[in-house]
Amino acid sequence: MRSQSISALAQSLRAGEFSSVELTREYLDRIAALNPQLNSYITVCEESALQEAELADRRIRGGDAGLLAGIPIAHKDIFCSEGVRTSCGSRMLDNFIAPYDAHVVSRFREAGAVMLGKTNMDEFAMGSSNETSYYGAVRNPWHPERVAGGSSGGSAAAVAAGLCVAATGTDTGGSIRQPAAFCGITGLKPTYGRVSRFGMIAFASSLDQGGPMTRSAEDAALMLEVMAGFDERDSTSAEQPVADYRAALEQDLKGLRIGVPKEYMDAALDEEIAASVQLALDEYVRLGAELVEISLPNTHLAVPTYYVVAPAECSSNLSRFDGVRYGYRCREPKDLEDLYKRSRGEGFGQEVKRRIMIGTYALSAGYYDAYYLKAQKLRHRISDDFRAAFEKVDLIMGPTAPSTAFGLGEKADDPVNMYLCDIYTIAANLAGLPGMSIPVRPVDGMPVGLQLIGNYFDEGRLLNAAHRLQQESNWHLATPVTSE
Amino acid sequence: MQWETVIGLEIHAQLATKSKIFSGASTAYGAEPNSQACSIDLAMPGVLPVLNREAVRMAITFGVAINAEIGRRSVFARKNYFYPDLPKGYQISQFELPIVGRGEVEILLEDAEPKRIGVTRAHLEEDAGKSLHEDFHGMTGIDLNRAGTPLLEIVSEPDMRSAREAVAYARKIHQIVQYLGICDGNMQEGSFRCDANVSVRPPGGPLGTRAELKNLNSFRFLERAINIEVERQIDLIEGGGKVVQETRLYDADRDETRAMRSKEEANDYRYFPDPDLLPVEVEEGLIEAVREAMPELPDARRERFQREFGLGAYDASVLTANRGLADFFEQTAQVAGDAKLAANWVMGELSGALNKAGLELAESPVTADRLGEMLLRIVDKTLSGKIAKQVFEAMWLGEGSADEIIEARGLKQITDSSAIEAVVDEVLAANPEQVANYRAADDKKKPKMLGFFVGQVMKQSKGKANPQQVNQLLLKKL
Repeated sequence: MRSQSISALAQSLRAGEFSSVELTREYLDRIAALNPQLNSYITVCEESALQEAELADRRIRGGDAGLLAGIPIAHKDIFCSEGVRTSCGSRMLDNFIAPYDAHVVSRFREAGAVMLGKTNMDEFAMGSSNETSYYGAVRNPWHPERVAGGSSGGSAAAVAAGLCVAATGTDTGGSIRQPAAFCGITGLKPTYGRVSRFGMIAFASSLDQGGPMTRSAEDAALMLEVMAGFDERDSTSAEQPVADYRAALEQDLKGLRIGVPKEYMDAALDEEIAASVQLALDEYVRLGAELVEISLPNTHLAVPTYYVVAPAECSSNLSRFDGVRYGYRCREPKDLEDLYKRSRGEGFGQEVKRRIMIGTYALSAGYYDAYYLKAQKLRHRISDDFRAAFEKVDLIMGPTAPSTAFGLGEKADDPVNMYLCDIYTIAANLAGLPGMSIPVRPVDGMPVGLQLIGNYFDEGRLLNAAHRLQQESNWHLATPVTSE
Repeated sequence: MQWETVIGLEIHAQLATKSKIFSGASTAYGAEPNSQACSIDLAMPGVLPVLNREAVRMAITFGVAINAEIGRRSVFARKNYFYPDLPKGYQISQFELPIVGRGEVEILLEDAEPKRIGVTRAHLEEDAGKSLHEDFHGMTGIDLNRAGTPLLEIVSEPDMRSAREAVAYARKIHQIVQYLGICDGNMQEGSFRCDANVSVRPPGGPLGTRAELKNLNSFRFLERAINIEVERQIDLIEGGGKVVQETRLYDADRDETRAMRSKEEANDYRYFPDPDLLPVEVEEGLIEAVREAMPELPDARRERFQREFGLGAYDASVLTANRGLADFFEQTAQVAGDAKLAANWVMGELSGALNKAGLELAESPVTADRLGEMLLRIVDKTLSGKIAKQVFEAMWLGEGSADEIIEARGLKQITDSSAIEAVVDEVLAANPEQVANYRAADDKKKPKMLGFFVGQVMKQSKGKANPQQVNQLLLKKL
């Protein structure tokens, strides 16, 4: 069952070949067997998942089932889910039971999906290795001593290891695409504003975007169809109609112009990763596409710009975690200041505190112009690079990450080196563009991701290109040993 | 040494929207603590603000009313600081691009030329909740009902030169927001709050260091606090000291201002544009619609009352002080058909009775229509002014309309000359000595002596005889 696509599973459920309860139980059993090692889930919702599965079975029999009726999925623990702990990977919210559903969660409920649980993540989505989680690191299903990537590492590992059919993730600087690349799955970060952020715990509001993490582009198209769309509760959500992503999957790629940024494929890139990316690009040429060398001259500014904008926003977004109304509160505070200092000092981990400090500094009187305002200007320049590029090409492709999954603990004490993991993914967040990562030829047995960046709201074309490659290759079908 | 006082005001007017500025929760005052705070007001993880359109319209209405530039593109910014009644750890406000730009209002002081006071800007922001320090046994209670209530912060130029000017300006803004129906103006409930920036300098010199005065929840306190702060600053400087920039709290019980926090302790608010909210783009059509729907403003109404009803400047400005009073007067005048009479009664008898009973105009037991109907009976000479006061009292006590009371009590004025003449004759016949004295007196003393006879006639007629006719007949017969 696990190798089947969502639509094939949905068809089997409708045909009565097996029930959603049976399917859900199989996944719950796999979680029980494998999660202690992988640590991809923070919370498993066994009881409610089986209830949801039962309900889905009734609805399927009644013929009024939604698009994802009975399909067991997992949500990144950044999405609020009513009555279920929503920790955001932090001690701060270890005791927080969300009183409401995030927009994305309610969309999946309406579509009939079964929620298996909440997946592990870097604390408040700040990290590229999943090692900043209060609940411990996620292990890469392809290699137990390697990281799964981050911040959506739990979702990536769970999908790769078959601990759910598909999962949701969020991407602020690469947090869907980089773990997707490290775990050998398909991940899509939609255009900023395509998926409502309501109920998604904010890290950096102008960059955060939720998206699907799946085994194939076809599954991603179906998931995105459920997630995407205008939500009046999120002022930054786009009123643009949602395209029929599944219908666009099969389109011919003849004449597709693929831009390859010379700044991504330069000498600094690992040779073997470059070779895997090139192999995929050659396959596109074979499918009728044309490769165009392009330049994104401000690429080198993306990481420094991001590390001003994102911490600045996070320093303000995380102010609400003050020990007053919910979440972690220190024991026996002496006074108000002590309550604030210790609740936040004890409730947040090192990386979160580091970014709050950086952001607070960047926004301080006297530094605002030099940091925040300058970063905003650079952000415009980075967007302009893409605008110019998309006048010449339809899609941009390159590597998702500069390396394959690195060893646990390898970069934990070197934040700058860790930040450079997102060197290719951050620009799409700064520009608000949709980006995707799909598996290509592995290096030394570890997955490698090809990144695809599209124009605004052109998710359909991204999914189409990804799907066509996946029809012509089987890199995405490879499964790690743990899942056998 | 001579000192010049320089004052600028920051006024927070709570906008009269039904729901909060960024959530759907109710803004009604006085509900059970935390019963009007939804997940957005509580700053639950993951929630997002959505701007209330009505708050924007109200802000634009104010801007149009003071001839201000309306920001075509205004931006919400976060003002970051920690406080338990500020759930998000930041207040959503406006910083660099406010919705209302530069405007001005005109104030009138008694016996003075009108003076223009510049309004620097007015911006939209959300209110915080309330910290309750009593009744919690050493702990603090937090009520977030008020969190997210829309406020318009109206910032003036430092154009005022005395506490009285500051009060006149504050009253003017108070009057405008009430006329526009965008704020209920209730200072006790905190719907209209003033902070004053006060400094002194040698006349015409560079600006001195200012202190910001807070907790001025009535016009009287505003005036008092400024005056004692000015004295404090002058004493300080003349004693060789220096004014420091700080926030001072006015304590009405002790009648003093005290330092709350100095600039050194002040927060760095780290303002930056709120990424959860898009810039507000105001279309010309909306401004036009607001302009067309604009009610008559106090200055225009005052001028019209002078022009149309022949009222004096003072009466006209008293009667237009607030929209409710002006509406009441205008309705009374229309029913009575005599605006001056209506003005006298509204400002005299009615205001007196309301003051005595401690009632607001809206709670008056005598409506404008009822008062107008009674005045109509003065105009048509059914009632004398004196008897009318009795009728008014009876109406105040709920005994019915003027006509009902006149009928029930038989208070109709006697205007029949022959009836009055009979009484006059009777009085003259009964007082031959006084008549002789009167006739023998010189002309200077006569008017005073006539009063005796008038009094007797009125007494005999139980006050119902028309006083003018009594006078005329007495003069003729004497």
